[in-house]
Amino acid sequence: MATVPTNPPQPSLMRRLGAFFFRHPNWSLVALLILPLFWLGVFYLGSLAALLTQSFFRLDGFTGRVIRQFGLETYQKHLFTPSNMDVIGRTFLMALAVTIMSAIIAFPLAYYMARYATYRTRGILYLLVLLPLWSSYIVRVYTWKIILSQEGVLTWLLNLCGLGGVLQAVLSIPGIGGSSLSFSILGTFIVFVYIWLPYMILPINTALERVPKSVIEASSDLGASPGYTFRHVILPLAWPGVVAGSIFTFSLTLGDYIIPGVIGNSSFFIGQVVFVQQGTAGNIPLAAAFTVIPIVIMAIYLLIARQQGAFDAL
Amino acid sequence: MSAQPSASLAIRMMDVSRHFGDVKAVDHLNLDIYDGEFFSLLGPSGSGKTTCLRLIAGFEQPSSGSILLHGQEMAGVPPFERDVNTVFQDYALFPHMTVGQNVGYGLMIKKVPKVEINRRVTEMLEMVRLPGLDNRKPSQLSGGQRQRVALARALVNHPRVLLLDEPLGALDLKLRQQMQIELKAIQQQVGITFIFVTHDQEEALTMSDRLAVFNLGKIEQIGTPAEVYERPTTGFVAGFVGTSNLVKGDLAQKLTGSNQTFSIRPEKIFITSLDKYVTEDMCSVTGTIRDVIYLGVYTRYLIEVEGGTDLTVVQQNLEVTSMDVLSARGNRVLLVWSKSNNRPLVGA
Repeated sequence: MATVPTNPPQPSLMRRLGAFFFRHPNWSLVALLILPLFWLGVFYLGSLAALLTQSFFRLDGFTGRVIRQFGLETYQKHLFTPSNMDVIGRTFLMALAVTIMSAIIAFPLAYYMARYATYRTRGILYLLVLLPLWSSYIVRVYTWKIILSQEGVLTWLLNLCGLGGVLQAVLSIPGIGGSSLSFSILGTFIVFVYIWLPYMILPINTALERVPKSVIEASSDLGASPGYTFRHVILPLAWPGVVAGSIFTFSLTLGDYIIPGVIGNSSFFIGQVVFVQQGTAGNIPLAAAFTVIPIVIMAIYLLIARQQGAFDAL
Repeated sequence: MSAQPSASLAIRMMDVSRHFGDVKAVDHLNLDIYDGEFFSLLGPSGSGKTTCLRLIAGFEQPSSGSILLHGQEMAGVPPFERDVNTVFQDYALFPHMTVGQNVGYGLMIKKVPKVEINRRVTEMLEMVRLPGLDNRKPSQLSGGQRQRVALARALVNHPRVLLLDEPLGALDLKLRQQMQIELKAIQQQVGITFIFVTHDQEEALTMSDRLAVFNLGKIEQIGTPAEVYERPTTGFVAGFVGTSNLVKGDLAQKLTGSNQTFSIRPEKIFITSLDKYVTEDMCSVTGTIRDVIYLGVYTRYLIEVEGGTDLTVVQQNLEVTSMDVLSARGNRVLLVWSKSNNRPLVGA
């Protein structure tokens, strides 16, 4: 009989590590979270804290130097000026309008995708919704500038349909109009809706796919017209998805500085003011204070969203 | 073979077909259901029984043929304009509403005053034995409770016809048997026509006044439970409703003098010793016990008879023990049964 080595082979390092984590579940949580916690703690919260701190400093108007002294002077004297309030109000209204319009456009499409589209069509639609996100955002915004310009394809198309007069009438409305679509707030709005629409479609679609077909049939079976079913069954069940989508469209519009810089009537939005203040003007404290505004608005918004169950739909 | 020719028609389906592409889910169906009946649509999955129910509810439109509801043509009438209500297989309760709001939904649509809604919801929840659960959410209920809420939500509207799509399928055996009795009692109490879809032949036999056996989109047989069980007219019905032995060809020729296929129920056959005297009105055939399955109350034997056919025989364990029956494997026996229990089958 041949001799056989009595010692079993030593388990590999990976297997011993696995056994260690099995015996110490707390250490496995540490291993799981160490990288994201480091990232969030140092880069994300750290920069946010630095930003908030900056907003309580002030700029010496004479020397142009930042005075590192805590105080509310930047907020009191420079932030809430009438012209800045104008910017904040304009940005807020734009974010609201973009969100509502995105929801109105996204809902029927998401509903079609969730309820009627075949497996194949749904795949194609997902692709079409996501495809623009693969190309550069800047390129798409500049493309829209060309589309919306006086000599652009949209104006040409409207003239061709005999709707040139309608366009002129819309553009002459004070507040939203301008010399052409690419130089009007209306143009800014159109491009905002275009750019952020996918972020609204996807969560609504997710929420709608979770609504069983039988629940909609049950409503109809109990005598509800399609409109009644929509208001009392479909919309309430998809509402968390709408709110989840609105978090994206609202916050992204609130902070964007590219689109209104390229397309619009050169009235400022919050993002542009931040950009100009910290870049051209070198007023870091005021830029920081300006950033706090969308943060506060979004904090309130997220509280409402959570109460509406939006985080269940993400 | 209509059971209640004097009663008025609740549903009449005339030559109704529903095709999905090449699939004939329902194929040239003719069916009359009378007011106040408990009528079951019985069949295996994919036999067209649920499609038939959905055609009546209005969720599907017939490809051809016509459906009359209390004499009225239903073509082009949407589900929300039909005086029928459905209890769905998955219950389809509204998850964002309380039990009370779920049950009151139909009345709310009809703009019944709030006080009246509350009264009827309370009354209905008492009838399905869920009093005081108005403020719960469906997610807080058990499967059996959800099933009762779904029933209450449909019945509160006093529809003329109630459609039930395998409503007991998700419940465990004990609860299912209890609900079978309760459903039947509720149906007799409210007097509404119940159309009940099931694949469970025992359930259909227990509850129905009449039933239709579905296979491949067609109705194989319509009748009372006793008629369908005792006198199956096709091989499919004989095999699907209970179990049956199908005897065909040479063996049929030898036993009955005709080669027409007939069915014989396993419980109608007796196992006796080979020397047993057989009278003129009996069929008899010798065979070998191939397999024995002891099932407590009774035993199922698989017996190979001459010509290689296997016959299933069920015998109650009256005076035998499990030891006795299990040791019978391999024995040569004589099978006898009364000729009057042979059921000649058409098209088999």
